[in-house]
Amino acid sequence: MASLSLQGIQKSLGGQPILRGVDLEVATGELVVLVGPSGCGKSTLLRTVAGLESPDGGVVRIGARDVTRLPPRDRDLAMVFQSYALYPHLTVRENLAFGLKLRGTSAATITERTDEVAQMLGLGPLLDRFPRDMSGGQRQRVAMGRAIVRRPSLFLFDEPLSNLDAALRADVRVEIKRLHQRLGATMLYVTHDQVEAMTLASRLVVLRAGQVEQVGPPLEVYARPVSRFVAAFLGSPAMNFLEADLGSGRLRAPGLDVVVPQPAVGGDVPGPVLVGIRAHDVVPAKGARADVRLRVEVLEAMGFEAYAHGHVGDAPFVARLEGDAARGITVGDELGLDVAAGSVHLFDRQTGRTLR
Amino acid sequence: MSRSRLQEAAVHLVLWVAVLFALYPVMWVTTQALSGGGATEGRIIPWPATPSLDHFTAVIGRVTDEGVWLFGLQLLNSVVVSAATALTAIGIATPAAYALSRFRFVGAEGATRTLLATQMFPGVAASIPLYLLLDGAGLLDTRTGLVLVYATSAVPFAIFQLRGAFDAIPRELEEAAMVDGATRFVAFVRVVLPAVRPALAITALFAFMSAWNEFILAATFLTSEDLYTLPILLNRYASEHDSNFGHFAAGAIVVSVPVMLLFYALQRQLVSGLTAGGVKG
Ligand SMILES: Nc1ncnc2c1ncn2[C@@H]1O[C@H](COP(=O)(O)OP(=O)(O)O)[C@@H](O)[C@H]1O
Ligand SMILES: [Mg+2]
Repeated sequence: MASLSLQGIQKSLGGQPILRGVDLEVATGELVVLVGPSGCGKSTLLRTVAGLESPDGGVVRIGARDVTRLPPRDRDLAMVFQSYALYPHLTVRENLAFGLKLRGTSAATITERTDEVAQMLGLGPLLDRFPRDMSGGQRQRVAMGRAIVRRPSLFLFDEPLSNLDAALRADVRVEIKRLHQRLGATMLYVTHDQVEAMTLASRLVVLRAGQVEQVGPPLEVYARPVSRFVAAFLGSPAMNFLEADLGSGRLRAPGLDVVVPQPAVGGDVPGPVLVGIRAHDVVPAKGARADVRLRVEVLEAMGFEAYAHGHVGDAPFVARLEGDAARGITVGDELGLDVAAGSVHLFDRQTGRTLR
Repeated sequence: MSRSRLQEAAVHLVLWVAVLFALYPVMWVTTQALSGGGATEGRIIPWPATPSLDHFTAVIGRVTDEGVWLFGLQLLNSVVVSAATALTAIGIATPAAYALSRFRFVGAEGATRTLLATQMFPGVAASIPLYLLLDGAGLLDTRTGLVLVYATSAVPFAIFQLRGAFDAIPRELEEAAMVDGATRFVAFVRVVLPAVRPALAITALFAFMSAWNEFILAATFLTSEDLYTLPILLNRYASEHDSNFGHFAAGAIVVSVPVMLLFYALQRQLVSGLTAGGVKG
């Protein structure tokens, strides 16, 4: 196992700057998840680490070695591709053994290691099958096995679950986490799925248009996003945003009237701001006055919880309600909601940065 | 709702007529080849009046005055020339097509378009310049020369075919191999080539067949009878003096059989080659 260190990675493709100076550290044994919307450069960054792209600027270090100019085969890492990229003309056993064979590992060791990995991932019954005769989930396992069997010092995953159906994805997610704990491996995991990102990461790196927007433990990033971009990206349903005016300790907008909760937010400079409120940070108001007035247009009731979709003023808004609280609400109602203490987010309207 | 027996029968009848229509010339040639004596003109039902293998033995057993087995020589010429054409085409086209598919370099697009343009000219159009070139190289009336001539048209076509096949192989396949420890060359040989094997088989077969069947260029560049390929021999039997339809028919069958055998042997590859886009990781 080894650490990974990226410094100032830059890369242009087709004349477009894709990565604009990415710094990133992954400690030995850490599982860092790189998350961001499609097209923000996640795959390009991962491919740069793998040596499949060479950066226009910056340094890639694995452990103490500067590998920036080394070909992929000399970097001692394994990569699980989104499409799995299994060798179609080889059986599962041969797929697993391919890398070991190339490195001149003895036949006995190859057998021992492939058997061990097959056991670990439940691939035993599939060993003599070809990729075309397997389901998506099985192929995905083989792709992981092919990485594990080599015992590399660094694992790279490029959206390995995106081709699986939802139920399977949840299972494999847990399995990857278990594998990480069992192998104690250094992993860099790329996804655009925020659930995967939140659940897997020991640390989260949010990438935006080729630059690191925020780094931190997932819950920390979730609770204290540095920008509207991060706030909108993490959390489901996405955070609600309202344009409001800040003045004399209150935030006001049509349908919104709430006390600025945190002390000295934004320096308390009066003026326009952007308010962010998560769907689950509201509760039905007790009395007649309410922080937020939501016109309910669609109600999704799921028993233990319900989502009320509608508008606050002109802004779309979603509120999550406990099952009991949702009873008695009908479409067309104006629903009074109070915002839980300390959970109002404030952003600069122009820059989108969080105001603290 | 199931179709009535009558409808079923009608469909089969139509199909049988179509099959008969397609096979009639073949049956007629076969009849000619198997008939002893003169031509069986005027017969409608293709069945030899006096069945015999005389034409076959005459065509196959042909020897020169010096006792050289001419047919054997010419069969060998055809096999050697066609196989060499196929090997040359594959050998040159495979790396070229791979480069065109995977690397961006100055002139890549131009090269592809030029290749396509060469396919629009019939090979015969180049026969005079080719004649002059071969003459200058001292390769007139040699099998090597003929192979080179065939390769000039087989290579561009093969590049075209194989480029399509390489394009259908996801790059991630060889990238996975390179991360696994392969050089680009090893990844190419151990991962990419096996994945395009069906396309290689088809391309080789096409090159082989076009050389096997080619007549005009062979007749232009070869003058010695012991270097002739089989199409020239066939032409002899159908030409004005010395024409013998029975011999011609027998010869046509003998010439067709190896190609048919090749087709059967490669059938599986052919089918999967046609669906080569389905090669996925
Ligand atoms: N070879 C290329 N040439 C030009 N642009 C490319 C190339 N590869 C990727 N891109 C562009 O780079 C951006 C980032 O791509 P990618 O790293 O695959 O994003 P992600 O994995 O985050 O979805 C995309 O906008 C994509 O269109
Ligand atoms: Mg990607």
